[in-house]
Amino acid sequence: MDIREIQGFLYFFFIVFITVILYGYIVHLYRSEKKGKRDYEKYSKLALDDEPTSSPLEPMEDNKQKEQ
Amino acid sequence: MQNPSIEYDYTVAKWFSYLAILFGIIGMGIGVYIAFELAFPELNYVFGQYSLFSRLRPLHTNVVALGFTLSGIWATWYYVGQRVLKVSLKESPFLNGVAKLHFWLYFITALLAVISLFARYTTSKEYAQLEWPFDILVVIIWVLWGVGIFGLIGIRREKSLYISMWYYIATFLGVAMLYLFNNMEVPTYLVTGMGDPFHSVSMYAGTNDALVQWWFGHNAVAFVFTVPIIAMIYYFLPKESGQPVYSYKLSLLSFWGLMFVYLWAGGHHLIYSTVPDWMQTMGSVFSIILILPSWGSALNMLLTMKGEWGQLKSNPLIKFMVLASTFYMLSTLEGPIQSIKSVNALAHFTDWIPGHVHDGTLGWVGFMIISAIMHMAPRFFKREIYSKKMLEAQFWLQTTGIVLYFSSMWIAGITQGMMWRAVDQYGNLAYSFIDTVTVLHPYYTLRAIGGLFYLTGVLMWAYNFYKTMTAAKQIEKEPQFASPMAA
Repeated sequence: MDIREIQGFLYFFFIVFITVILYGYIVHLYRSEKKGKRDYEKYSKLALDDEPTSSPLEPMEDNKQKEQ
Repeated sequence: MQNPSIEYDYTVAKWFSYLAILFGIIGMGIGVYIAFELAFPELNYVFGQYSLFSRLRPLHTNVVALGFTLSGIWATWYYVGQRVLKVSLKESPFLNGVAKLHFWLYFITALLAVISLFARYTTSKEYAQLEWPFDILVVIIWVLWGVGIFGLIGIRREKSLYISMWYYIATFLGVAMLYLFNNMEVPTYLVTGMGDPFHSVSMYAGTNDALVQWWFGHNAVAFVFTVPIIAMIYYFLPKESGQPVYSYKLSLLSFWGLMFVYLWAGGHHLIYSTVPDWMQTMGSVFSIILILPSWGSALNMLLTMKGEWGQLKSNPLIKFMVLASTFYMLSTLEGPIQSIKSVNALAHFTDWIPGHVHDGTLGWVGFMIISAIMHMAPRFFKREIYSKKMLEAQFWLQTTGIVLYFSSMWIAGITQGMMWRAVDQYGNLAYSFIDTVTVLHPYYTLRAIGGLFYLTGVLMWAYNFYKTMTAAKQIEKEPQFASPMAA
Protein backbone atom coordinates (compact mmCIF):
# COMPACT_ATOMS: atom_id res chain seq x y z
CA MET A 1 0.00 0.00 0.00
CA ASP A 2 1.57 3.30 -1.06
CA ILE A 3 1.16 6.68 0.61
CA ARG A 4 -1.63 7.71 -1.79
CA GLU A 5 -3.73 4.72 -0.82
CA ILE A 6 -3.15 5.31 2.89
CA GLN A 7 -4.17 8.94 2.41
CA GLY A 8 -7.31 7.81 0.63
CA PHE A 9 -8.35 5.44 3.43
CA LEU A 10 -7.53 8.02 6.10
CA TYR A 11 -9.57 10.61 4.22
CA PHE A 12 -12.55 8.26 3.90
CA PHE A 13 -12.60 7.27 7.54
CA PHE A 14 -12.09 10.87 8.64
CA ILE A 15 -15.17 11.91 6.64
CA VAL A 16 -17.18 9.06 8.19
CA PHE A 17 -15.94 10.06 11.64
CA ILE A 18 -16.88 13.75 11.36
CA THR A 19 -20.26 12.86 9.83
CA VAL A 20 -20.95 10.60 12.80
CA ILE A 21 -19.94 13.40 15.19
CA LEU A 22 -22.21 15.90 13.42
CA TYR A 23 -25.27 13.65 13.38
CA GLY A 24 -24.44 12.49 16.91
CA TYR A 25 -24.65 16.08 18.08
CA ILE A 26 -28.04 16.57 16.41
CA VAL A 27 -29.34 13.36 17.98
CA HIS A 28 -27.92 14.46 21.34
CA LEU A 29 -29.73 17.83 21.13
CA TYR A 30 -33.11 16.29 20.27
CA ARG A 31 -32.78 13.37 22.68
CA SER A 32 -31.92 15.65 25.64
CA GLU A 33 -35.05 17.63 24.88
CA LYS A 34 -37.24 14.56 24.53
CA LYS A 35 -36.01 13.11 27.80
CA GLY A 36 -36.72 16.43 29.51
CA LYS A 37 -33.06 16.87 30.48
CA ARG A 38 -32.81 20.29 28.86
CA ASP A 39 -35.11 22.61 26.98
CA TYR A 40 -32.79 24.33 24.52
CA GLU A 41 -35.42 26.58 23.01
CA LYS A 42 -36.00 28.42 26.28
CA TYR A 43 -32.54 29.98 25.98
CA SER A 44 -33.91 32.26 23.27
CA LYS A 45 -35.41 34.21 26.15
CA LEU A 46 -31.91 35.21 27.29
CA ALA A 47 -31.93 37.93 24.63
CA LEU A 48 -35.59 38.89 24.85
CA ASP A 49 -35.85 39.04 28.61
CA ASP A 50 -32.80 41.09 29.51
CA GLU A 51 -34.39 44.20 30.97
CA PRO A 52 -32.71 45.83 33.97
CA THR A 53 -35.48 44.35 36.12
CA SER A 54 -35.52 40.84 34.59
CA SER A 55 -34.60 37.84 36.70
CA PRO A 56 -31.99 35.40 35.39
CA LEU A 57 -33.42 32.42 33.50
CA GLU A 58 -31.12 30.05 35.39
CA PRO A 59 -29.60 31.96 38.32
CA MET A 60 -26.07 31.09 39.38
CA GLU A 61 -27.40 30.25 42.86
CA ASP A 62 -29.17 27.20 41.41
CA ASN A 63 -25.80 25.79 40.60
CA LYS A 64 -24.54 26.16 44.15
CA GLN A 65 -27.72 24.64 45.59
CA LYS A 66 -27.34 21.60 43.35
CA GLU A 67 -23.78 21.10 44.48
CA GLN A 68 -24.85 21.17 48.13
CA MET B 1 -36.51 35.15 42.75
CA GLN B 2 -36.91 38.84 42.05
CA ASN B 3 -33.71 40.58 41.21
CA PRO B 4 -32.99 44.14 42.23
CA SER B 5 -32.88 46.33 39.14
CA ILE B 6 -29.46 46.23 37.46
CA GLU B 7 -28.13 49.50 36.16
CA TYR B 8 -26.13 48.66 33.05
CA ASP B 9 -23.08 50.79 32.36
CA TYR B 10 -22.99 51.80 28.70
CA THR B 11 -20.01 54.19 28.90
CA VAL B 12 -17.51 52.02 27.00
CA ALA B 13 -20.21 50.78 24.58
CA LYS B 14 -20.93 54.44 23.73
CA TRP B 15 -17.26 55.27 23.24
CA PHE B 16 -16.78 52.37 20.85
CA SER B 17 -19.93 53.41 18.98
CA TYR B 18 -18.51 56.91 18.42
CA LEU B 19 -15.29 55.34 17.21
CA ALA B 20 -17.12 52.97 14.84
CA ILE B 21 -18.85 55.96 13.24
CA LEU B 22 -15.60 57.93 13.00
CA PHE B 23 -13.65 55.02 11.47
CA GLY B 24 -16.58 54.23 9.21
CA ILE B 25 -16.42 57.70 7.72
CA ILE B 26 -12.62 57.74 7.40
CA GLY B 27 -12.22 54.17 6.11
CA MET B 28 -15.05 54.32 3.62
CA GLY B 29 -14.10 57.86 2.59
CA ILE B 30 -10.66 56.57 1.61
CA GLY B 31 -12.30 53.58 -0.08
CA VAL B 32 -14.46 55.81 -2.26
CA TYR B 33 -11.49 57.98 -3.13
CA ILE B 34 -9.35 55.06 -4.27
CA ALA B 35 -12.32 53.65 -6.20
CA PHE B 36 -12.44 56.91 -8.14
CA GLU B 37 -8.65 56.69 -8.60
CA LEU B 38 -9.10 53.36 -10.39
CA ALA B 39 -11.58 54.98 -12.75
CA PHE B 40 -9.73 58.28 -13.11
CA PRO B 41 -6.00 57.68 -12.56
CA GLU B 42 -5.10 61.41 -12.45
CA LEU B 43 -6.56 61.41 -8.92
CA ASN B 44 -3.55 59.36 -7.82
CA TYR B 45 -1.35 62.44 -7.91
CA VAL B 46 -3.55 65.03 -6.20
CA PHE B 47 -1.43 64.93 -3.00
CA GLY B 48 1.80 63.70 -4.56
CA GLN B 49 2.95 60.32 -3.26
CA TYR B 50 0.47 60.49 -0.37
CA SER B 51 -2.56 59.96 -2.57
CA LEU B 52 -1.18 57.02 -4.55
CA PHE B 53 -3.50 54.02 -4.65
CA SER B 54 -0.82 51.76 -3.23
CA ARG B 55 -0.36 54.05 -0.22
CA LEU B 56 -4.07 54.45 0.51
CA ARG B 57 -5.36 50.94 -0.14
CA PRO B 58 -3.93 49.35 3.05
CA LEU B 59 -5.28 52.34 4.98
CA HIS B 60 -8.74 51.68 3.57
CA THR B 61 -8.74 47.96 4.41
CA ASN B 62 -7.21 48.42 7.85
CA VAL B 63 -9.46 51.29 8.89
CA VAL B 64 -12.67 49.57 7.81
CA ALA B 65 -11.76 46.07 9.04
CA LEU B 66 -9.73 46.77 12.14
CA GLY B 67 -11.16 50.24 12.90
CA PHE B 68 -14.84 50.39 11.95
CA THR B 69 -15.65 46.70 12.35
CA LEU B 70 -13.69 46.03 15.54
CA SER B 71 -15.13 49.18 17.15
CA GLY B 72 -18.61 48.04 16.18
CA ILE B 73 -17.93 44.58 17.60
CA TRP B 74 -16.70 46.00 20.89
CA ALA B 75 -19.52 48.56 21.13
CA THR B 76 -22.00 45.68 20.93
CA TRP B 77 -19.95 43.41 23.20
CA TYR B 78 -19.89 45.97 26.04
CA TYR B 79 -23.67 46.27 25.62
CA VAL B 80 -24.79 42.70 24.93
CA GLY B 81 -22.31 41.10 27.34
CA GLN B 82 -23.73 42.87 30.38
CA ARG B 83 -27.34 42.30 29.38
CA VAL B 84 -27.28 38.60 28.59
CA LEU B 85 -25.07 37.80 31.59
CA LYS B 86 -27.29 40.05 33.74
CA VAL B 87 -24.43 41.81 35.41
CA SER B 88 -23.34 45.44 35.23
CA LEU B 89 -19.82 46.68 34.67
CA LYS B 90 -20.58 49.06 37.55
CA GLU B 91 -20.45 46.09 39.90
CA SER B 92 -16.75 45.57 39.27
CA PRO B 93 -14.50 48.63 39.32
CA PHE B 94 -11.67 46.38 38.11
CA LEU B 95 -13.48 45.17 34.99
CA ASN B 96 -14.78 48.66 34.35
CA GLY B 97 -11.20 49.95 34.50
CA VAL B 98 -10.01 47.19 32.16
CA ALA B 99 -12.79 48.07 29.72
CA LYS B 100 -11.78 51.73 29.69
CA LEU B 101 -8.11 50.86 29.33
CA HIS B 102 -9.10 48.54 26.46
CA PHE B 103 -10.79 51.45 24.73
CA TRP B 104 -7.99 54.00 25.19
CA LEU B 105 -5.16 51.64 24.27
CA TYR B 106 -7.10 50.61 21.18
CA PHE B 107 -7.71 54.23 20.22
CA ILE B 108 -4.03 55.12 20.58
CA THR B 109 -2.92 52.00 18.68
CA ALA B 110 -5.40 52.70 15.91
CA LEU B 111 -4.00 56.22 15.49
CA LEU B 112 -0.42 54.89 15.48
CA ALA B 113 -1.46 52.26 12.95
CA VAL B 114 -2.89 54.87 10.61
CA ILE B 115 0.20 57.06 10.91
CA SER B 116 2.62 54.13 10.44
CA LEU B 117 0.80 52.81 7.36
CA PHE B 118 0.65 56.30 5.94
CA ALA B 119 4.41 56.55 6.54
CA ARG B 120 4.91 53.31 4.56
CA TYR B 121 5.72 51.03 7.49
CA THR B 122 4.25 47.71 6.45
CA THR B 123 5.00 44.00 6.67
CA SER B 124 3.29 43.63 3.25
CA LYS B 125 1.05 40.85 4.56
CA GLU B 126 -2.54 41.62 3.71
CA TYR B 127 -4.65 42.64 6.76
CA ALA B 128 -1.55 42.02 8.91
CA GLN B 129 0.41 45.02 7.68
CA LEU B 130 1.20 46.48 11.08
CA GLU B 131 4.87 46.30 12.04
CA TRP B 132 6.07 44.47 15.13
CA PRO B 133 5.86 47.24 17.81
CA PHE B 134 2.18 47.76 16.94
CA ASP B 135 1.59 44.02 16.91
CA ILE B 136 2.70 43.95 20.53
CA LEU B 137 0.18 46.68 21.36
CA VAL B 138 -2.53 44.70 19.55
CA VAL B 139 -1.73 41.64 21.67
CA ILE B 140 -2.09 43.71 24.87
CA ILE B 141 -5.43 45.10 23.63
CA TRP B 142 -6.60 41.58 22.92
CA VAL B 143 -5.57 40.33 26.36
CA LEU B 144 -7.47 43.23 27.95
CA TRP B 145 -10.59 42.26 26.02
CA GLY B 146 -10.14 38.64 27.12
CA VAL B 147 -9.89 39.72 30.76
CA GLY B 148 -13.10 41.69 30.18
CA ILE B 149 -14.96 38.73 28.66
CA PHE B 150 -13.95 36.08 31.13
CA GLY B 151 -14.09 38.51 34.07
CA LEU B 152 -17.68 39.37 33.26
CA ILE B 153 -18.52 35.69 32.84
CA GLY B 154 -16.92 35.08 36.25
CA ILE B 155 -19.27 37.50 38.04
CA ARG B 156 -22.44 36.76 36.03
CA ARG B 157 -25.89 36.11 37.49
CA GLU B 158 -27.12 34.12 34.48
CA LYS B 159 -25.76 30.60 34.47
CA SER B 160 -26.24 29.82 30.78
CA LEU B 161 -24.32 31.70 28.14
CA TYR B 162 -26.55 32.98 25.34
CA ILE B 163 -25.52 31.94 21.82
CA SER B 164 -24.14 35.44 21.09
CA MET B 165 -21.70 34.94 23.95
CA TRP B 166 -20.39 31.77 22.29
CA TYR B 167 -19.70 33.76 19.16
CA TYR B 168 -17.96 36.60 21.02
CA ILE B 169 -15.77 34.07 22.86
CA ALA B 170 -14.96 32.35 19.55
CA THR B 171 -13.98 35.73 18.09
CA PHE B 172 -11.62 36.31 20.96
CA LEU B 173 -9.99 32.88 20.79
CA GLY B 174 -9.90 32.68 16.98
CA VAL B 175 -8.26 36.04 16.41
CA ALA B 176 -5.80 35.48 19.26
CA MET B 177 -4.55 32.26 17.66
CA LEU B 178 -4.48 33.61 14.09
CA TYR B 179 -2.81 36.88 14.97
CA LEU B 180 -0.05 35.33 17.03
CA PHE B 181 0.91 32.74 14.43
CA ASN B 182 0.73 34.97 11.38
CA ASN B 183 2.70 37.79 12.97
CA MET B 184 5.69 35.73 14.02
CA GLU B 185 8.39 38.04 12.75
CA VAL B 186 12.02 38.96 13.30
CA PRO B 187 12.79 42.63 13.96
CA THR B 188 15.84 43.03 11.73
CA TYR B 189 17.40 45.94 13.63
CA LEU B 190 17.27 44.17 17.00
CA VAL B 191 18.79 41.00 15.59
CA THR B 192 21.37 42.31 13.12
CA GLY B 193 21.76 45.97 14.11
CA MET B 194 20.94 46.93 10.55
CA GLY B 195 17.99 48.54 8.84
CA ASP B 196 15.03 50.42 10.23
CA PRO B 197 14.09 49.73 13.90
CA PHE B 198 10.45 49.29 12.84
CA HIS B 199 11.20 46.80 10.11
CA SER B 200 10.77 43.05 10.47
CA VAL B 201 10.77 39.95 8.29
CA SER B 202 8.38 37.02 8.56
CA MET B 203 9.62 33.92 10.35
CA TYR B 204 8.18 31.77 7.57
CA ALA B 205 9.68 31.58 4.12
CA GLY B 206 8.25 31.21 0.63
CA THR B 207 5.19 29.06 0.19
CA ASN B 208 4.92 28.44 3.92
CA ASP B 209 4.60 32.16 4.48
CA ALA B 210 1.83 32.33 1.89
CA LEU B 211 0.02 29.41 3.51
CA VAL B 212 0.16 30.87 6.99
CA GLN B 213 -0.80 34.28 5.62
CA TRP B 214 -3.95 32.96 3.93
CA TRP B 215 -4.83 30.69 6.78
CA PHE B 216 -4.80 33.98 8.71
CA GLY B 217 -6.27 36.13 5.96
CA HIS B 218 -9.29 34.00 5.30
CA ASN B 219 -9.93 33.40 8.97
CA ALA B 220 -9.67 37.11 9.65
CA VAL B 221 -12.76 37.21 7.42
CA ALA B 222 -14.17 34.41 9.56
CA PHE B 223 -13.44 35.80 13.00
CA VAL B 224 -13.82 39.54 12.33
CA PHE B 225 -16.40 39.73 9.53
CA THR B 226 -18.51 36.67 10.29
CA VAL B 227 -18.42 35.21 13.79
CA PRO B 228 -18.87 38.45 15.84
CA ILE B 229 -21.43 39.75 13.34
CA ILE B 230 -23.45 36.56 13.89
CA ALA B 231 -23.13 37.30 17.63
CA MET B 232 -24.74 40.66 16.89
CA ILE B 233 -27.59 39.41 14.74
CA TYR B 234 -28.49 36.64 17.24
CA TYR B 235 -29.02 39.34 19.82
CA PHE B 236 -30.25 42.41 17.96
CA LEU B 237 -32.71 40.86 15.48
CA PRO B 238 -34.69 38.90 18.11
CA LYS B 239 -34.52 41.86 20.50
CA GLU B 240 -35.63 44.51 18.00
CA SER B 241 -38.43 42.29 16.62
CA GLY B 242 -39.50 40.77 19.94
CA GLN B 243 -39.31 37.30 18.36
CA PRO B 244 -37.43 34.37 19.92
CA VAL B 245 -34.72 32.77 17.74
CA TYR B 246 -36.50 30.37 15.35
CA SER B 247 -34.47 27.35 16.46
CA TYR B 248 -31.97 27.61 19.27
CA LYS B 249 -30.77 24.08 18.51
CA LEU B 250 -29.97 25.10 14.94
CA SER B 251 -27.95 28.04 16.30
CA LEU B 252 -25.84 25.62 18.35
CA LEU B 253 -25.34 23.22 15.47
CA SER B 254 -24.39 26.03 13.09
CA PHE B 255 -21.94 27.36 15.64
CA TRP B 256 -19.97 24.11 15.88
CA GLY B 257 -20.23 23.59 12.13
CA LEU B 258 -18.81 27.02 11.43
CA MET B 259 -16.01 26.62 13.97
CA PHE B 260 -14.93 23.30 12.53
CA VAL B 261 -15.16 24.08 8.84
CA TYR B 262 -13.98 27.68 8.54
CA LEU B 263 -10.41 27.07 9.68
CA TRP B 264 -9.70 24.73 6.75
CA ALA B 265 -10.97 26.93 3.93
CA GLY B 266 -8.07 29.43 3.66
CA GLY B 267 -6.29 27.36 1.02
CA HIS B 268 -8.77 28.59 -1.62
CA HIS B 269 -6.79 31.86 -1.76
CA LEU B 270 -3.83 29.92 -3.16
CA ILE B 271 -5.43 27.79 -5.88
CA TYR B 272 -3.03 27.25 -8.82
CA SER B 273 -0.12 28.48 -6.70
CA THR B 274 2.91 26.59 -5.35
CA VAL B 275 1.13 25.10 -2.32
CA PRO B 276 0.54 21.32 -2.48
CA ASP B 277 -2.38 20.34 -4.69
CA TRP B 278 -4.20 18.45 -1.92
CA MET B 279 -4.25 21.63 0.18
CA GLN B 280 -5.83 23.57 -2.66
CA THR B 281 -8.45 20.86 -3.06
CA MET B 282 -9.06 20.82 0.68
CA GLY B 283 -9.55 24.60 0.63
CA SER B 284 -12.15 24.21 -2.14
CA VAL B 285 -13.97 21.31 -0.48
CA PHE B 286 -14.21 22.99 2.91
CA SER B 287 -15.36 26.22 1.28
CA ILE B 288 -18.28 24.37 -0.30
CA ILE B 289 -19.17 22.64 2.98
CA LEU B 290 -19.08 26.09 4.61
CA ILE B 291 -22.37 26.93 2.88
CA LEU B 292 -24.18 24.66 5.35
CA PRO B 293 -23.34 26.31 8.69
CA SER B 294 -23.47 29.79 7.10
CA TRP B 295 -26.92 29.26 5.67
CA GLY B 296 -27.93 27.55 8.92
CA SER B 297 -27.39 30.81 10.81
CA ALA B 298 -28.80 33.04 8.09
CA LEU B 299 -31.97 30.97 7.58
CA ASN B 300 -32.41 30.78 11.34
CA MET B 301 -32.49 34.57 11.39
CA LEU B 302 -34.89 34.89 8.46
CA LEU B 303 -37.19 32.25 10.01
CA THR B 304 -37.11 34.19 13.28
CA MET B 305 -39.22 36.75 11.41
CA LYS B 306 -41.81 34.06 10.50
CA GLY B 307 -45.31 35.48 10.87
CA GLU B 308 -43.85 38.91 11.63
CA TRP B 309 -42.85 40.05 8.16
CA GLY B 310 -45.05 43.13 8.61
CA GLN B 311 -42.24 44.54 10.74
CA LEU B 312 -40.07 44.64 7.66
CA LYS B 313 -42.34 47.35 6.33
CA SER B 314 -42.73 49.36 9.49
CA ASN B 315 -39.28 49.19 11.08
CA PRO B 316 -36.18 50.31 9.14
CA LEU B 317 -33.86 48.60 11.64
CA ILE B 318 -35.52 45.27 10.81
CA LYS B 319 -35.00 46.10 7.13
CA PHE B 320 -31.27 46.58 7.74
CA MET B 321 -30.95 43.33 9.69
CA VAL B 322 -33.01 41.16 7.35
CA LEU B 323 -31.10 42.47 4.35
CA ALA B 324 -27.84 41.92 6.25
CA SER B 325 -28.82 38.30 6.72
CA THR B 326 -29.74 38.03 3.04
CA PHE B 327 -26.41 39.50 1.94
CA TYR B 328 -24.72 37.03 4.25
CA MET B 329 -26.44 34.24 2.32
CA LEU B 330 -25.48 35.74 -1.03
CA SER B 331 -21.89 36.21 0.01
CA THR B 332 -21.51 32.75 1.53
CA LEU B 333 -22.83 31.17 -1.65
CA GLU B 334 -20.69 33.34 -3.92
CA GLY B 335 -17.45 32.63 -2.00
CA PRO B 336 -17.71 28.83 -2.30
CA ILE B 337 -18.56 29.14 -6.01
CA GLN B 338 -15.39 31.22 -6.53
CA SER B 339 -13.33 28.63 -4.67
CA ILE B 340 -14.21 25.82 -7.12
CA LYS B 341 -11.01 25.26 -9.10
CA SER B 342 -12.48 25.75 -12.58
CA VAL B 343 -14.34 28.92 -11.52
CA ASN B 344 -11.26 30.14 -9.70
CA ALA B 345 -9.24 29.83 -12.90
CA LEU B 346 -11.48 32.54 -14.31
CA ALA B 347 -12.17 34.59 -11.17
CA HIS B 348 -8.79 34.76 -9.46
CA PHE B 349 -7.11 38.21 -9.50
CA THR B 350 -10.14 39.77 -11.19
CA ASP B 351 -12.56 42.43 -9.92
CA TRP B 352 -15.10 39.75 -9.10
CA ILE B 353 -13.13 39.16 -5.88
CA PRO B 354 -13.45 42.70 -4.43
CA GLY B 355 -17.07 42.53 -5.63
CA HIS B 356 -17.58 39.44 -3.44
CA VAL B 357 -15.77 40.99 -0.49
CA HIS B 358 -17.92 44.12 -0.66
CA ASP B 359 -21.33 42.47 -0.88
CA GLY B 360 -20.30 40.72 2.33
CA THR B 361 -18.77 43.68 4.11
CA LEU B 362 -21.11 46.46 2.99
CA GLY B 363 -24.27 44.36 3.02
CA TRP B 364 -23.69 42.08 5.97
CA VAL B 365 -21.05 43.63 8.24
CA GLY B 366 -21.87 47.30 7.61
CA PHE B 367 -25.65 46.90 7.82
CA MET B 368 -25.42 44.89 11.04
CA ILE B 369 -23.12 47.41 12.75
CA ILE B 370 -25.26 50.34 11.60
CA SER B 371 -28.50 48.75 12.82
CA ALA B 372 -26.98 47.48 16.09
CA ILE B 373 -25.67 50.94 16.97
CA MET B 374 -29.00 52.53 16.08
CA HIS B 375 -30.77 49.94 18.24
CA MET B 376 -28.50 50.80 21.16
CA ALA B 377 -28.74 54.59 20.71
CA PRO B 378 -32.19 55.05 22.33
CA ARG B 379 -31.00 52.85 25.24
CA PHE B 380 -27.76 54.84 25.58
CA PHE B 381 -29.30 58.27 25.61
CA LYS B 382 -32.88 57.62 26.81
CA ARG B 383 -34.10 59.34 23.65
CA GLU B 384 -35.96 58.08 20.62
CA ILE B 385 -34.17 57.77 17.26
CA TYR B 386 -34.14 61.25 15.73
CA SER B 387 -35.52 60.43 12.29
CA LYS B 388 -37.14 57.29 10.91
CA LYS B 389 -37.43 58.87 7.46
CA MET B 390 -33.71 59.49 7.33
CA LEU B 391 -33.03 55.91 8.36
CA GLU B 392 -35.35 54.70 5.59
CA ALA B 393 -33.66 56.95 3.04
CA GLN B 394 -30.25 55.76 4.23
CA PHE B 395 -31.34 52.14 3.83
CA TRP B 396 -32.46 52.57 0.21
CA LEU B 397 -29.48 54.71 -0.76
CA GLN B 398 -27.01 52.22 0.68
CA THR B 399 -28.81 49.22 -0.77
CA THR B 400 -28.66 50.85 -4.21
CA GLY B 401 -24.97 51.55 -3.60
CA ILE B 402 -24.22 47.92 -2.76
CA VAL B 403 -26.12 46.64 -5.81
CA LEU B 404 -24.18 49.06 -8.05
CA TYR B 405 -20.95 47.92 -6.44
CA PHE B 406 -21.29 44.19 -6.76
CA SER B 407 -23.11 44.09 -10.09
CA SER B 408 -20.47 46.29 -11.74
CA MET B 409 -17.70 44.15 -10.26
CA TRP B 410 -19.34 40.92 -11.37
CA ILE B 411 -19.45 42.15 -14.95
CA ALA B 412 -15.99 43.71 -14.75
CA GLY B 413 -14.44 40.62 -13.15
CA ILE B 414 -15.85 38.09 -15.58
CA THR B 415 -15.07 40.31 -18.58
CA GLN B 416 -11.52 40.74 -17.31
CA GLY B 417 -11.06 37.00 -16.69
CA MET B 418 -12.37 36.10 -20.15
CA MET B 419 -10.17 38.67 -21.86
CA TRP B 420 -7.04 37.57 -20.01
CA ARG B 421 -7.34 34.03 -21.18
CA ALA B 422 -8.70 34.60 -24.68
CA VAL B 423 -6.32 33.26 -27.36
CA ASP B 424 -6.34 33.32 -31.12
CA GLN B 425 -6.08 30.24 -33.35
CA TYR B 426 -2.29 30.09 -32.86
CA GLY B 427 -2.51 30.27 -29.08
CA ASN B 428 -1.37 33.89 -28.82
CA LEU B 429 -3.08 36.07 -26.25
CA ALA B 430 -5.89 37.97 -27.92
CA TYR B 431 -5.73 41.05 -25.71
CA SER B 432 -3.07 43.11 -23.99
CA PHE B 433 -3.58 44.33 -20.43
CA ILE B 434 -4.51 47.87 -21.48
CA ASP B 435 -7.36 46.49 -23.63
CA THR B 436 -9.02 45.20 -20.46
CA VAL B 437 -8.48 48.54 -18.67
CA THR B 438 -10.28 50.40 -21.45
CA VAL B 439 -13.21 48.02 -21.39
CA LEU B 440 -13.52 48.13 -17.61
CA HIS B 441 -13.57 51.90 -17.23
CA PRO B 442 -17.39 52.35 -17.11
CA TYR B 443 -17.72 49.59 -14.49
CA TYR B 444 -15.02 51.17 -12.34
CA THR B 445 -16.91 54.46 -12.50
CA LEU B 446 -20.16 52.69 -11.52
CA ARG B 447 -18.41 51.01 -8.61
CA ALA B 448 -17.08 54.33 -7.33
CA ILE B 449 -20.57 55.86 -7.56
CA GLY B 450 -22.00 52.89 -5.66
CA GLY B 451 -19.38 53.45 -2.97
CA LEU B 452 -20.24 57.13 -2.85
CA PHE B 453 -23.91 56.23 -2.25
CA TYR B 454 -22.90 53.98 0.62
CA LEU B 455 -20.61 56.64 2.11
CA THR B 456 -23.41 59.23 1.90
CA GLY B 457 -25.56 56.76 3.84
CA VAL B 458 -22.86 56.47 6.49
CA LEU B 459 -22.82 60.27 6.85
CA MET B 460 -26.63 60.25 7.22
CA TRP B 461 -26.25 57.59 9.89
CA ALA B 462 -23.66 59.69 11.74
CA TYR B 463 -25.97 62.73 11.61
CA ASN B 464 -28.98 60.72 12.76
CA PHE B 465 -26.96 59.25 15.61
CA TYR B 466 -25.66 62.66 16.64
CA LYS B 467 -29.15 64.18 16.62
CA THR B 468 -30.48 61.16 18.56
CA MET B 469 -27.81 61.84 21.16
CA THR B 470 -28.44 65.56 21.44
CA ALA B 471 -31.84 66.65 20.15
CA ALA B 472 -34.33 63.77 19.93
CA LYS B 473 -37.39 63.50 22.16
CA GLN B 474 -36.60 62.02 25.55
CA ILE B 475 -38.20 58.74 26.59
CA GLU B 476 -39.01 57.82 30.18
CA LYS B 477 -38.40 54.10 30.07
CA GLU B 478 -35.94 51.96 28.18
CA PRO B 479 -37.87 50.38 25.30
CA GLN B 480 -38.22 46.61 25.52
CA PHE B 481 -38.28 45.61 21.85
CA ALA B 482 -38.77 47.89 18.82
CA SER B 483 -36.69 51.07 19.07
CA PRO B 484 -38.86 54.17 19.26
CA MET B 485 -38.28 56.63 16.42
CA ALA B 486 -39.68 59.98 15.39
CA ALA B 487 -41.21 60.13 11.92
